[in-house]
Amino acid sequence: MAQSSEICLVCLTMSHVNRPGWPRRFAALALLLVGASIAAAPARAELFAAESFTLANGLQVVVIENHRSPVVAQMIFYRAGGADAPAGKSGIAHFLEHLMFKGTPSVPDGDFSRRISRLGGADNAYTTQDYTAFYQTIARQHLATIMQMEADRMTHLILRDSEVLSERDVIIEERRQRVDDDPAGRLDEMMQATLFVNHPYRLPVLGWEHEMHGLERADALAFYRRWYAPNNAVLVIAGDATAAEVKALAANSYGLIAARPVPPRQRLREPPAYAQRRLILRDPSVQQATWQRIYLAPTERDKPAGQSAALDVLAEILAGGPTSRLYRHLVVEQRLAVDVSASYDGLALDYGQFTLSAAPPFGGDTDKVERAIDDEISILLTKGVSESELSDAKARLAAAAVKARDSLRGPAEIVGTNLVIGNSLADIQTWPERIAVVGADDVQRAAFAVLRPPASSVTGILLPEHVDGIAAQPAEGPGAGLPGGATP
Amino acid sequence: MNRSFATIAFAALAWLGLCAPAAAMERVISPGGIEAWLIEDHSNPLISLAIGFHGGSALDPVGKEGLAYLASGLLDEGAGNLDSAAFQAKLADLAIDFNFEADDDSFVGRMRTLTGHRDEAFDLLHLALTRPRIDAAPLDRVRNQVLSIIAAEAGDPGSIAGQAWLRLMLDGHPYSRPLKGDAKTLAAITARDLREFAAKRFGRDQMRIAVVGDISAAELGLLLDRSFRDLPAKAASIALPEVGPPAKGGIAVIARDLDQSIVLFGHAGIKRDDPDFYAAALLDDIEGGGNFASRLQRSLREKRGLVYSIDTGLVMLDHAALLSGRFGTKNASVAQAIQLVRADWQRMRDAGPTASELADAKTHLIGEYPLRFDSTRKAADSLLGIELAGLPMDYVDKRAGHFDAVTLADAKRVAKRLYDAQALRFLVLGRPAGVAGDLVSPPID
Repeated sequence: MAQSSEICLVCLTMSHVNRPGWPRRFAALALLLVGASIAAAPARAELFAAESFTLANGLQVVVIENHRSPVVAQMIFYRAGGADAPAGKSGIAHFLEHLMFKGTPSVPDGDFSRRISRLGGADNAYTTQDYTAFYQTIARQHLATIMQMEADRMTHLILRDSEVLSERDVIIEERRQRVDDDPAGRLDEMMQATLFVNHPYRLPVLGWEHEMHGLERADALAFYRRWYAPNNAVLVIAGDATAAEVKALAANSYGLIAARPVPPRQRLREPPAYAQRRLILRDPSVQQATWQRIYLAPTERDKPAGQSAALDVLAEILAGGPTSRLYRHLVVEQRLAVDVSASYDGLALDYGQFTLSAAPPFGGDTDKVERAIDDEISILLTKGVSESELSDAKARLAAAAVKARDSLRGPAEIVGTNLVIGNSLADIQTWPERIAVVGADDVQRAAFAVLRPPASSVTGILLPEHVDGIAAQPAEGPGAGLPGGATP
Repeated sequence: MNRSFATIAFAALAWLGLCAPAAAMERVISPGGIEAWLIEDHSNPLISLAIGFHGGSALDPVGKEGLAYLASGLLDEGAGNLDSAAFQAKLADLAIDFNFEADDDSFVGRMRTLTGHRDEAFDLLHLALTRPRIDAAPLDRVRNQVLSIIAAEAGDPGSIAGQAWLRLMLDGHPYSRPLKGDAKTLAAITARDLREFAAKRFGRDQMRIAVVGDISAAELGLLLDRSFRDLPAKAASIALPEVGPPAKGGIAVIARDLDQSIVLFGHAGIKRDDPDFYAAALLDDIEGGGNFASRLQRSLREKRGLVYSIDTGLVMLDHAALLSGRFGTKNASVAQAIQLVRADWQRMRDAGPTASELADAKTHLIGEYPLRFDSTRKAADSLLGIELAGLPMDYVDKRAGHFDAVTLADAKRVAKRLYDAQALRFLVLGRPAGVAGDLVSPPID
C-alpha cells in the first residue's frame, strides 16, 4: 500500500516531529507532496547478498550479510494488516501492533523496548494495509537475545485490560496528531476512502475514530490468534551475521513454535469505476495549496509481467528529480508549480497506486496546475517518451539500486516487503534486469493502462479556506496577506 | 523548533561515542595541507563526503534573514560555465547525490557518488562552492520554493510552535529568527548577496571534511587539493553573542483551534564543552531522551495514555544551550500533563536517577553508537559531527570511557544543577482546558 498509510508505533523521532530537518535539495518541499519523498527511491534493489531458508514450521528466513559495522537488524513481517480487519473494527491491526510491546510471561510489563534500549539497540514497528512489521537494530552479540524476544511475543502475548485501555488512548492521540489536526492527513484519508469503493483499502490503517473507541482486548487477541503464526510471517536478518549462525539461532527460537492453520485472506474486489472523483478540502490552517491525483494501478504481481517495471520507469521519467519531464515543464519553464512528484507503488496485495502531485507557488492556482498536468498526460499518451528520457531514467534507477545497498535496514525492509506480498527473492534480484529491458513502447503501454481517461482515479485539492483561485501574495509574514485574519 | 531539534540530532552525532570502525579511520592531509577524516570501505562502489563550514544562518544579516537557507538551495543550480539545466543534467546523468543544508551554526554539503564518477563529482562540488552562478531564473524559482515551504510551515502546528518556542526562550538573539526568513527578507536578498555569501563563508579555516567509502587516502589527498585548495584561506568573522533563556518559569498559551495541543517545555541546558556534559546526556536519556524507555514516556504514554510521544533533548548551539522537550495531548489533558512533567522534573532534581537507570542509560548510549555508522552516508555525517564539535579524532575510542566514568554521585549532583521545575517554561499551542498562561506569548509572524 501507499507509504502514506504506513503507521508507526512512534514515527516521531525528532526529525519527524519537526518535519523539515535534512533537506535533500529542499526536502522540505517533499512535505508538501504526498509520495514526493519516495518518488526516486527504488521499490527494491538488486544484488543483496541474500540467502533464504524455511523452517519446518513454515517461517521463511532471509539473511542479508553486511559486515561494514558490528551491528544487525532483525525485521519480522506478518501477513496481516489494516485491510484484514473484521467489519466495524478498523484499526485493529495497528492497535495490535502497539499492544505487542505490552508483555509476555518472560518479558513482562512493557519491558520489551526497555530491554532493547538497555542493550544499546533501537526498536519500532509499523502497520500497512497488507502487513505488520516489527524491527530492532542492535550490536551483533545481542542477535540471539532479540531473536528469542521476537519469537517469544509471536505466541506468548499477555494483555491486561488496563494496558489495553491506556494504549487505546495513545492511538487516538496518534490519530489527532496525524489526521485530525493535519488537513493533508484528512484529505489523504478521504482520498483513499474514495478511490476504493468496495475493497478494504478504503479504510484507514489507523482506523475511523468512532470504531477505534470500540476496539477491545478481545478484538486484539482474536486478531493476534488468527494471524500471528510462524507460517504467516517472513523474518529478515541483515548485517554482521552469517546464514549459518542465523540458522542455528532460528532453530532455537522461532523453530520451537508450532505452525498453526491460518485462514485465507478474503478481500473484496473493486467494481468498475464509472466516474472520476474529485475532492476539495478547505481549511483555515492551510496556506500552501496542493494538488494530487491517485490512479488505481496494477500490483507488481499482476500480469502482464514487466508492467510494473515500466511504471517505475514512467514515474522516474515524469518526476524523478530536477531533470525530469514534469519538473522541467511545470516548475522550471512554465512556473506553474514549485514542486511536482510522481510515484508508483505496486508492492501491494490487491491494488497498486500511481500518484501525481504538485504544489503551485504560494497563492497560485491549482486549476492551472491541473490543466497543465492533464495536457502532459495527453501528450504522453499520444507521443510516448523519448529514447533519451528512457535511458536517463533507467540509468538513475540502476544507480539507485546500487545505493540501496548502502544501508543496514534498508535492504531488509525491501526484501521483507517484497516477500510478504508474495514476490520471490528472484523477483527482487532481477529487478535491475527488468528495468533494463523496459522499452519506450512498454512505458507508453503502461501509461495507457493506468492514466488514460476515464481511468479510475481520485483528485484531491487542498486549499486555504477563503482563497478562490486568486493569487494572494505574501506581504509581511507568510500569513499576513490572507483574508480573514487567520492567525497562522 | 525544527532548528533546535535538528541541532540536537546533529549534536547527538558527536556524542554517541564509537566502538565501531576505529581501526579503519584515518586523518588524511593532502599535499596542499587540506585535512579530511576518512573511513575506507570498499564493500560497495560508493563514496560519501560531508563538508561543513562553521557559521550558519544565525549570521544572516538583519533584513536578509533566510540568506544561508536560500543559498543552500542554489548551490546546485548552476556553477562555472554550467547553467542550472546543464549542472542538474550532469548530476542526474552521473547519478551524483548532492545537497546543501544551512543550520544555525553551520553550513553543510553532502555528496554521494558511485566510484566510477568520483572525479566528476568532486569537480562539481568544487564548482558549486567556488563559482556558483546564481542566475536570475533559478534564483526566482528557488525563492518561490522557499516561500511555499514557509507557507506550508505557517499552517503546520509543529512548525508554528517550534518557531514560537525559540522566541520564548532566546528572544532577541539571531537564533530566535526564522531560519528561512519571510517574504520580505527573501525579497531583499539579491544574487550578489548570495555570491558574496559563498565567497565569505566558505573559508578553509572554518572547513571540516569527512569521507567514507570506496577511496584510498592517496586518491583522496589529490582530490582534496583539486577541490578545496583554492577556497579562501579565511572565512569572514563568525562571532555571535552568547544567549540564555529567561530564568523565570511559567506557561505561555497561543490560542489555536486544534484537537490536540502541542506543548514545548524546557529551560537552560548545558554546553557541549561543559565537563558535566556526559552526566547530563545520561540524565536526559533517562528522563526523556531515551525514547520508549524514558521516565516521561512511561509516565505519560504507557501508564496514562495521554500522549503519542514525548521526547526531550539537549539543544547545544554554539552560543546557547537548552534542555527542552515536546509532546501533544488532547486539550482536556494539557493541565494534567504539565503537572506530571513538573513533578517528574522535581523528582529528578531531588533524587537523581537510580543506579540501575544510570547503568541502563550507559549501555544504551554506548551500545547504540555503531548504528550511526551503518551506511557511508551516516558514517560521513557522524565523522563530520565530531569534527564540527571540535572533538579530537580519538574521541571515537574514548567516548565510551567518558560515559562509563560518570558515577551515581556525579549524576545526582548534575541532576540538581540541571533540572529545575521552577524554571521550566511551557509553550502551549491549542485550546488547553483549565490552563492559564502567566507568561507573555511570543508573537507569530
